[in-house]
Amino acid sequence: MPFGNTHNNFKLNYKVEEEYPDLSKHNNHMAKVLTKDIYAKLRDKQTPSGFTVDDVIQTGVDNPGHPFIMTVGCVAGDEESYEVFKDLLDPIISDRHGGYKATDKHKTDLNFENLKGGDDLDPNYVLSSRVRTGRSIKGFTLPPHNSRGERRAIERLSVEALTSLDGEFKGKYYPLKSMTDAEQEQLINDHFLFDKPVSPLLTCAGMARDWPDARGIWHNDNKTFLVWVNEEDHLRVISMQKGGNMREVFRRFCVGLQKIEEIFKKHNHGFMWNEHLGYILTCPSNLGTGLRGGVHVKLPKLSTHPKFDEILNRLRLQKRGTGGVDTASVGGVFDISNADRLGSSEVAQVQLVVDGVKLMVEMEKKLEKGEAIDSMIPAQK
Amino acid sequence: MLESPNYLFEALPQQTIFCSYLYSAEYPDLRKHNNCMASHLTPAIYSKLCDKATPNGYMLDQAIQTGVDNPGHPFIKTVGMVAGDEESYEVFADLLDPVIKERHNGYDPTTMKHPTDLDSSKIQSGHFDERYVLSSRVRTGRSIRGLSLPPACTRAERREVERVVVDALAGLKGDLSGRYYSLTQMTEKEQQQLIDDHFLFDKPVSPLLTCAGMARDWPDARGIWHNNEKTFLIWINEEDHTRVISMERGGNMRRVFERFCRGLKEVERLIQERGWEFMWNERLGYILTCPSNLGTGLRAGVHVKLPLLSKDARFSKILDNLRLQKRGTGGVDTAAVGGVFDISNLDRLGHSEVQLVQTVIDGVNYLIECEKRLERGQDIKVPPPLKQFK
Repeated sequence: MPFGNTHNNFKLNYKVEEEYPDLSKHNNHMAKVLTKDIYAKLRDKQTPSGFTVDDVIQTGVDNPGHPFIMTVGCVAGDEESYEVFKDLLDPIISDRHGGYKATDKHKTDLNFENLKGGDDLDPNYVLSSRVRTGRSIKGFTLPPHNSRGERRAIERLSVEALTSLDGEFKGKYYPLKSMTDAEQEQLINDHFLFDKPVSPLLTCAGMARDWPDARGIWHNDNKTFLVWVNEEDHLRVISMQKGGNMREVFRRFCVGLQKIEEIFKKHNHGFMWNEHLGYILTCPSNLGTGLRGGVHVKLPKLSTHPKFDEILNRLRLQKRGTGGVDTASVGGVFDISNADRLGSSEVAQVQLVVDGVKLMVEMEKKLEKGEAIDSMIPAQK
Repeated sequence: MLESPNYLFEALPQQTIFCSYLYSAEYPDLRKHNNCMASHLTPAIYSKLCDKATPNGYMLDQAIQTGVDNPGHPFIKTVGMVAGDEESYEVFADLLDPVIKERHNGYDPTTMKHPTDLDSSKIQSGHFDERYVLSSRVRTGRSIRGLSLPPACTRAERREVERVVVDALAGLKGDLSGRYYSLTQMTEKEQQQLIDDHFLFDKPVSPLLTCAGMARDWPDARGIWHNNEKTFLIWINEEDHTRVISMERGGNMRRVFERFCRGLKEVERLIQERGWEFMWNERLGYILTCPSNLGTGLRAGVHVKLPLLSKDARFSKILDNLRLQKRGTGGVDTAAVGGVFDISNLDRLGHSEVQLVQTVIDGVNYLIECEKRLERGQDIKVPPPLKQFK
C-alpha cells in the first residue's frame, strides 16, 4: 500500500500558492530548483505506484540544510520518479553532478581488467581499501515508498541470490530482526552492522519505516564482501580489505556484482538501470555508478598543507573522517574517495582514486623529508 | 501468516501494483510489540481494512505506522495508532473501537455515549491549600471539522487551520484578549520570552509523533497564542489542530476551569460565526489525533508537593483508586523533582469535563490530607476505588 501522508486527495482543492512549501530558509538542491511554476506543473502528477512530488521533496522541506553543506533535499520513490518528475530532478541532477545534461549518456564499465595498477598502494600509509555501490531491483518501489510486502520480497530475492554464491563469495545472511546477541556483537566488531537510520535526511523520507522488518546483512566467510539489504537502498554492495590492494578489492566488487545480477535477471528482476542515469538509486546523489571507492590513508602532513583541499579538488576526490560521511578525521587518517558518481564509469572513478591516492602518498613522503611538493600539484582532472 | 510462500515473487507480474500482494505479505510483524494497536490488529482485521481509505485517501497502514515503528515498553502501553481525519474513526472502527475500549478502561464506543459538560459552575470547592499546590492547569484539544488531522494534513490544510483559529482568537476580549506568535516569524526576543514563560513548544522529537508524520513541514503554520495575562494559551498545529490550556500559579483550580470553559465556548462561538465547527460526536466526544485523547481530551492537573506521601508504599495504589496519575514536573515521561509531582486525571472518555475536574479536585484534596497526616505522624488510608464502566 502506498506510504506517505502526501497523497491527500484534498490537496488539489487548494491553489498552488497555498500548497507551495516555504523554502525561504532552505539551502539544499531541491530548494534551489523548485520554483512555484515547477511545483504547479508537477503537483497533480503521480508515478504508477502513487508517488507524488510532495513525497519527493518532503525530506528537503523538513531539513532546511546547512550553510556549508549542500544536501540534495529529495528522493525517488520508484524508477518512474526520475521520469515523471524530471522537470524537478533533471536540474537537481545537473547541479549535483557537475552540469550533467538531460541528454547526456552515462557509461557503465564493470570490467576490472580495464583498471591500470592499483595493487601497489603503500600499506604503511593506506590502511584499508573499499568500494561500495547500491543496486535497486526492478519491479519494486524504493525504500521511501515501498510496502512491507515489497520489502520482504526484496529480502527473499536477495537472500536467494546471495546464498547461492560459492567459492570466495560463499557466505551467510543475518536478518536484523532475528540475529542472536553473539552474532550482533561479532558484526559490530567487524564494523559490518548498520543501525536504524537516525539522520532526519533519511527518516523524513520514510526509509526507516517498519524497522527492522526485512533488513539484514549478508557477508562472505572471508569478510571481504558485504551486502546490506533494505537500508537506504534495496542493496548496498561493499567490497573491502585491509591494506592498499585496491585492484583486488575492485576485482572482487565487479565479479561479485555480476554474479548477483545474473541471478536476479533469471527471476525477471534485474537491476534498475538506464543509459541516461546509469544505476537508479533512492538518492539522486548516487545515480550513475553509485560508486564510492576509497581508502583510509595516513596523511598527517599533507592534510595540514594549505593546498590540501585544492589538491583533492583537482584530483576529483573528497575527504571524510574515518567514521564515514559527516565525521572528523582521527590521527591524521582520512577517508579519501571519488567525488563523482554520474558521467564517468566505475573503472574511471576507481582509477582516479588509485592514481590520486598514490600521488598523495608520494607527497606525504616528500613532506616527511621536509621537501616541497609544489611541483607535484596536479592539473585539474 | 507472517511469511509468504517462496513462489510469491515468481508469480508477480513485472509491474508491481500493491493489491496484487497477499494481505499476509503486508501484515506487520508485531511479535515484539506491546501497544494497543498490536494487541488488537489481527490478520483478519488487517485484511478487512487494508484497502479501505477515508475521503482524503488516508489508509490503515498510515494509521498504524507509528505503532509498527515503536514496539513499546514492557511497562508503558502506548496506543500505537493515530487518526488522519475525523472519518478514520468510522472507516477503521473495527480496529479503533477495541483499541479505544482497552485504552479507556472499558468504554464501549459501539454502545455508549460520551457526556460533554463545560458548565464550570457545577464545580464544588476547588481552591487548594497553596502550601502544597504550586500551580493548576487544565488542557484539552480541539480539531476543526472538515480539515485533515496533523498526521495527514497537507501544507494548505495546516495553513487553513492556522488562519481559521488565529482569526477567531483575534475576537477574544477582556481577560482573554491576547496575540499570536507564529513559529516561522517570531523574533528571537519573543522566542526567549515564550521559553521563559514555559509556553514555547518544540518540534516533536518523540518517534511516537514523528513516525506518524506530525512533524512534517516544521515550522510552517505552527504557532502559539496567549492572552496578555498569560493564563490562557493555545498551541496551533502541534500534535492536534489546537491545544487549549488554562493555567495559573497557585491552587485556584476552580478559576482555572472557569476560564477554560469560558474561553473554549468563546472560541467555539467565534469559529462558528465564520462557518466552522469543532469535530465532535456523541459516541466519541471531541475528535483528536490520538485515540487516547478522545472524549474530553482533558487533562486537569496540579504541581503539588508530596514529599512524604510519594515515598509511602501505598502512593501508587491511592492514585490508582482516585483515578489519578503522576508525572514529573516536566510533563509526560519526566521524573519528579524535590517531591513535587504533576498529578492529573487518568480518564478522558466516558466522563464529562466537570466530572473529571471534580475528580481531580477531590483526589488532590485527599492527597494533601494524606500528606498532612503523615507530617503529623498519623497513618493514612487507601481510599476505595472510584466506580468504573461495566
